[in-house]
Amino acid sequence: MSTLIDRPTQGAPVTPKRSLRSRLTPNLETLPTLAAVVIFIGMVIYGEIAYGRIVQFSTISNLLINNSYLIILAVGLTFVILTGGVDLSVGAVIAISSLVGVMLANAGWNPGVVMVLMILIGSAFGIASGVLVQYFNVQPFIATLAMMFLARGLASMLSTTPERLDDDSPIRALSTEWKVVDGPKINDLITTPNVLIAALVVIVAFFVLHRTRLGRTVYAIGGSEQSALLMGLPVVRTKLLVYVISGTLAGLAAVVYTSKLGIAQNITGVGWELDAIAAVIIGGTLLTGGAGFVLGSVIGALVLGLMNVLITRDGSIPPEATTIITGGILLVFVLLQRLVVSRKRKT
Amino acid sequence: MAPTEPIVEMEDISIEFPGVKALQNVRFRLFPGEVHTLMGENGAGKSTLIKALTGVYKIDSGTITVAGGPRSFSGTADAQNAGISTVYQEVNLCDNLTVGENVMLGHEIRGPFGINWKKTHEAAHEALVSLGLGDLDPQQPLSSISLALQQLVAISRAMVTNSKVLILDEPTSSLDANEVEGLFQVMRRLRDQGVAILFVSHFLDQVYAISDRLTVLRNGEFVGEYMTPELNRTELISKMIGKDYGTLAALGSNRGRVAATEGTPAFYKATDLGRKGSIEPVDIEVHAGEVVGLAGLLGSGRTELGRLIYGADRPDSGEVTIDGVTSEVHSPIAGLSKKIAFSTENRRDEGIIGDLTVRENLILAVQARRGWARPLSRREQNELCEKYLLELNVRPSDPERPIKNLSGGNQQKVLLGRWLATKPELIVLDEPTRGIDVGAKAEIQEAIAALAEDGMSVVFISSELEEVVRLSERIVVLKDHRKIGEIVNGPDVTADTIVDLIATEGSAS
Repeated sequence: MSTLIDRPTQGAPVTPKRSLRSRLTPNLETLPTLAAVVIFIGMVIYGEIAYGRIVQFSTISNLLINNSYLIILAVGLTFVILTGGVDLSVGAVIAISSLVGVMLANAGWNPGVVMVLMILIGSAFGIASGVLVQYFNVQPFIATLAMMFLARGLASMLSTTPERLDDDSPIRALSTEWKVVDGPKINDLITTPNVLIAALVVIVAFFVLHRTRLGRTVYAIGGSEQSALLMGLPVVRTKLLVYVISGTLAGLAAVVYTSKLGIAQNITGVGWELDAIAAVIIGGTLLTGGAGFVLGSVIGALVLGLMNVLITRDGSIPPEATTIITGGILLVFVLLQRLVVSRKRKT
Repeated sequence: MAPTEPIVEMEDISIEFPGVKALQNVRFRLFPGEVHTLMGENGAGKSTLIKALTGVYKIDSGTITVAGGPRSFSGTADAQNAGISTVYQEVNLCDNLTVGENVMLGHEIRGPFGINWKKTHEAAHEALVSLGLGDLDPQQPLSSISLALQQLVAISRAMVTNSKVLILDEPTSSLDANEVEGLFQVMRRLRDQGVAILFVSHFLDQVYAISDRLTVLRNGEFVGEYMTPELNRTELISKMIGKDYGTLAALGSNRGRVAATEGTPAFYKATDLGRKGSIEPVDIEVHAGEVVGLAGLLGSGRTELGRLIYGADRPDSGEVTIDGVTSEVHSPIAGLSKKIAFSTENRRDEGIIGDLTVRENLILAVQARRGWARPLSRREQNELCEKYLLELNVRPSDPERPIKNLSGGNQQKVLLGRWLATKPELIVLDEPTRGIDVGAKAEIQEAIAALAEDGMSVVFISSELEEVVRLSERIVVLKDHRKIGEIVNGPDVTADTIVDLIATEGSAS
């Protein structure tokens, strides 16, 4: 080290160029995300060869339309998991939020107000989780588990039967299908406002995580909370905020899902938090925090969505096996992460 | 070079933790363009003073003046904004991020599209250049560079905030000699730029190599402020150890008796005493009236050995003879019946029962030994309390007070009393002086010396090596769960003797 210091420094403060080799060697942290992309492409190619009609407008459109809520949930969870936490309440939050939304809309409330309220219900649960974690020192797992039970219970108290949204409700306008490219027969590129909302969420999340101090603080907390604190970063505020972000996005996902399906029920969203966590993990985010990308989570959500498409297309795989395959993919990714972490320890 | 106005001035700082006076009327000054070293033994209050300055701890009384105005900070971030940066002993950076990101965390340069990474990395590079680290690529992961470089990266964070005060709390403890020299070059460079540096180190050589001024603390009190060249090393050490030196020397006078006990059969003798996963087989002897110290770093197996001797854990190898009789000590109750007592290091969880009174806590062990069928009468209980509360000078001496309301030192005395009441012939004391105030510490040390004088065998465990050296006649040194040596105490044995033994053993293996 002393030799490093003895050496005279160049006059102009020019950032040293990274060597070609270091540019080409894949960063260990991006490896799981790259793997997710490779698997996704592999699934597309396999599907196209085995079943056909995968790489075409209608399939892609449906994949995005059917999974926009999952993408939104996964983005929210990416924030929480990057700090080393977890949010188990998002599925139940969707249930309570969509039930309240449908019931109020049917009672004649202004649909705009209803939608804002649905999102705010999510924020409220996020705030509660965040306060429990940050100020009462409850583990994220427990705090959000409590919120999950609370939200699910409240939803069941509201109604135990499916609540149908009036078909002419303006909320359903969010799932209006816009034909972007008019292909042959039914092979059109279609999008809905919901898909655009999900895309916007992803872009904003990417910006926040990579281009704002809030985002850098999220990564720093995941790396070492103690260090982040001692470096003078706003750890308390940020940890609270990630749960608010996750809760708010769960509320938004409720709006998106309700507008698409038109039905809300107390058992809506059971297990979705786990799907979303799986998407985040498959996308390459470390469950211990500090490393991962929001775009990876999007890929993770699409991997799960595409898997369902392929299973349906295959026909011979019983739908019950879906969860087994999800579990298998998840396991592969967790093992891959283990490998990365152990490689990192060695260096 | 010494400007007239100090940039940091702390006056009459006092901080009290429950049962401990951590700082008492301490003062400290720091001038721009100097390296000022804070000296003192472990527990003297160096870290507490730093944490008081940076606002991690609230001060109970006193004033802190920074750059001419009274200030009180509410934490590291707050202090940082006022130009006081701290680099801790353990590198506090995020190794999931790049070097540049770490340098700039919280100070990234922002443009209309959020953080401008190009400019941010340039700024990081400038900060690194100002410390002579121009060759370091800000875009490489922090985890790919050495600990010493990471330490310097942590310091370069202070450059970004343009800090006027830099606190380095034992930055050299994990660096080798070359790396320390590199750090010192950086420190000199910063000092010449007018930065005030507060430095803490346990290595006297380093202190004399780098510092311009010294402040010595002892037991949470201010001893004095000196210019480094005007205070030689012996003077410095005696200032650190203090006038207690004389009385402690007297305490150590019974070290001479080790010769007398040699040759006579040991009261307690164990060969190959061990337990898988906790400590490798150890030979140990304790004579009557002897204090045997167990020294070693935290996690070296000190406590584990103590527990095996008492039977708190079941040994799976070894042979034990007590008073010449082969014995099996496989459980605490067996230990008690063999007249062995064990006072735990974990006072709060394994020692006291907080909601019970002093009396109830004190009689526990005696009662356990007699068995629940024969309860101690109230009169016997009172007699025991009276005797030990007085003998050990427990304050307040009210036996009916819940023990949790006593200070740590007095709780420890009650615990000592609990075991003494069983009239043991061998007592194992695990960290009896940890976290208690200085007065109580001295009293407990005196009590231990007195017990040995009366013929009791003592196994004394402490992480304060000075204390072990002061009290013990023989010192068993442990490392990595095995015994690496035994030192017969004498005038030329110091804490450093033990440290050397642990260190050389490490490099040899």
